[in-house]
Amino acid sequence: MDRFVFLTFDGLSRGAVYAAFALALVLIWRAARIVNFAQGAMAVATAYVGYSVADATGSYWLGFVVAIVAGLLLGAGVERVVMRFVDHSSPLNGVVVALGLVLIIQGVLGMLYGNEFRPAAAPFSRDAFEIGGVALLSRYDLFVFAAVGAVVVLLTLLFTRTPTGLRMRAAAFAPDVSRLLGVSVGGMLTLGWALAAAVGSLAGMLVLPTELGLHPTAMDVVFISAFTAAVLGGLDSPIGSVLGGLLVGLLLSYISGYLGATVAPMAVLALLVIVLLSRPDGLFARSKARTA
Amino acid sequence: MTVIGDRVARATRTAAPRRSRLSPFIVVVVGAVIVVALTYTLPPFRTYQLATVGAYLCVTAGLTVLTGLNGQLSLGHGALMATGAYTLALWQNKFNLLLPGILVAILVTTAVGAVIGLAAARLRGPYLAGLTLAVAVVVPSITSTFDETFNSDQGLSVILNPPPDSMTVEQWQAWVCWGGALITVLALALLTRGRFGRDMRAVRDDETAARLAGISVARTQVTAFVISAACAGLAGALFAIIAQSVSPGAFPLTLSLFLLMAIVIGGLGRLTGALLGAVLLVALPAVAHEIGVAAGSQRLEGNLALTFFGVVLVVVMLAAPGGLASLRLPTRRKRVEPPP
Repeated sequence: MDRFVFLTFDGLSRGAVYAAFALALVLIWRAARIVNFAQGAMAVATAYVGYSVADATGSYWLGFVVAIVAGLLLGAGVERVVMRFVDHSSPLNGVVVALGLVLIIQGVLGMLYGNEFRPAAAPFSRDAFEIGGVALLSRYDLFVFAAVGAVVVLLTLLFTRTPTGLRMRAAAFAPDVSRLLGVSVGGMLTLGWALAAAVGSLAGMLVLPTELGLHPTAMDVVFISAFTAAVLGGLDSPIGSVLGGLLVGLLLSYISGYLGATVAPMAVLALLVIVLLSRPDGLFARSKARTA
Repeated sequence: MTVIGDRVARATRTAAPRRSRLSPFIVVVVGAVIVVALTYTLPPFRTYQLATVGAYLCVTAGLTVLTGLNGQLSLGHGALMATGAYTLALWQNKFNLLLPGILVAILVTTAVGAVIGLAAARLRGPYLAGLTLAVAVVVPSITSTFDETFNSDQGLSVILNPPPDSMTVEQWQAWVCWGGALITVLALALLTRGRFGRDMRAVRDDETAARLAGISVARTQVTAFVISAACAGLAGALFAIIAQSVSPGAFPLTLSLFLLMAIVIGGLGRLTGALLGAVLLVALPAVAHEIGVAAGSQRLEGNLALTFFGVVLVVVMLAAPGGLASLRLPTRRKRVEPPP
């Protein structure tokens, strides 16, 4: 029972990171109808930048902020330089370009930093508090919950309460009308990519200390888990992606805890297959439009 | 009604016979002669590279048919190659009978491909890409889960009988690989010319019209996936033979992305494009390796090729005005004489 409680909290902490990462995928999907398969590589790239700054200055928090800002810039850059010019007649085009970006980013990171794991320090202790002899949460888990919670609240406020959020939604759902009304649709798209990449960077900074460390391919499995979370919640639903992330985190935590950590990736694949074949629009989809 | 009529007309035009070109039999015989001649003239390392091109050609040819002719994207073919390679390794270490071993590797990979293909036929666009990407990332990690069978990251060595006395190891490898590659190309060329090729193109161009014309969309897609999986299984087995070992590190996600790049550059849907892609897959890393050695930097070697492949993929996709579709052989644009 103690173990179950511990695994539950551990799973929620992991799930919070997957939720943030899935949220980043959903942001871009809603804005541009592209699943950003380069999200994992982009997050790793900014984490490398962040940890380089942290190593050089000795301040983790400066590195943390730099990583998030690098995410904003990288996201905006990818949209302005590459994604804007992708032909959207087939959804595969965006996928293939994103995968090309994965190769570029992983190659450049390998050239600059080498292909070995580098340590990624955590800003807080990862030793769990014990309450009544039961290990529950670490300070780091609390930090993860706080950071992801803050992002979710801020994004909700941005999209529902501010004029910019309204413009972004309008630009995504009715681009032509928005343009007529004076909304800079391209600018909103760039902003959407920048925000999503920054959220992805945050998720990367949060998850890397709990894994093996920095490596050009370190986010591959995290990306798969977050994609599964986003599909589980329905690619169109931000709330669904957060719930999906928490569910995937819990599931992986139980499976790693009871069956062994090496089984976890297979469990993600199995879950993805089951969801795609039974509820491809996500668990929380309301109605389904026929497509064929 | 006119809309439907138009779509059927388009599908029928798609299904019209293509201009007859060189007989694939002649191409394969000529190819075999060239390969044999090359194995007697090239130095051993070049012969080894030639063998690698042959092994790559198996999988790029299958993938070209899947993506170019049937319109399905798969990022999981690196994992399917791993399936074929590990099957051959396990078989060889138990029975040491090469030819049946290759056939078993193909069969096992075909079965795995059928499972993925059944799921893939119900998925479109990013969902299909995401699922096959997950396959490519997850399958190599299975070697750690069942490490008693697969020996984790170290992988397995492959027991092989020494080649006949009259030829070197490299020559023998090149003959085996190109034997497999030419049989694959011949089979695919014959297959795509016939009724099944028409069905695949019809499904790719307009699923609704294909269905109206009586083609089972799902069956066509699953069959195409299974065929390309069989090709990947053969390629994996050949890689195991060339390297005489298998390990999960030989089949990373980037391998699947390399294969994608190869078929995109080769021009989707052309078997000659698959050959070009296979040559690039061997030539570019070799060039990058030499640049790395010249610069005295180990970090440069593998990563330069990675970066270069990525840049090529992005540039080709952005430069082609219609994206993937415009890279295809323009069969359907050709005017076909109306029937009298």
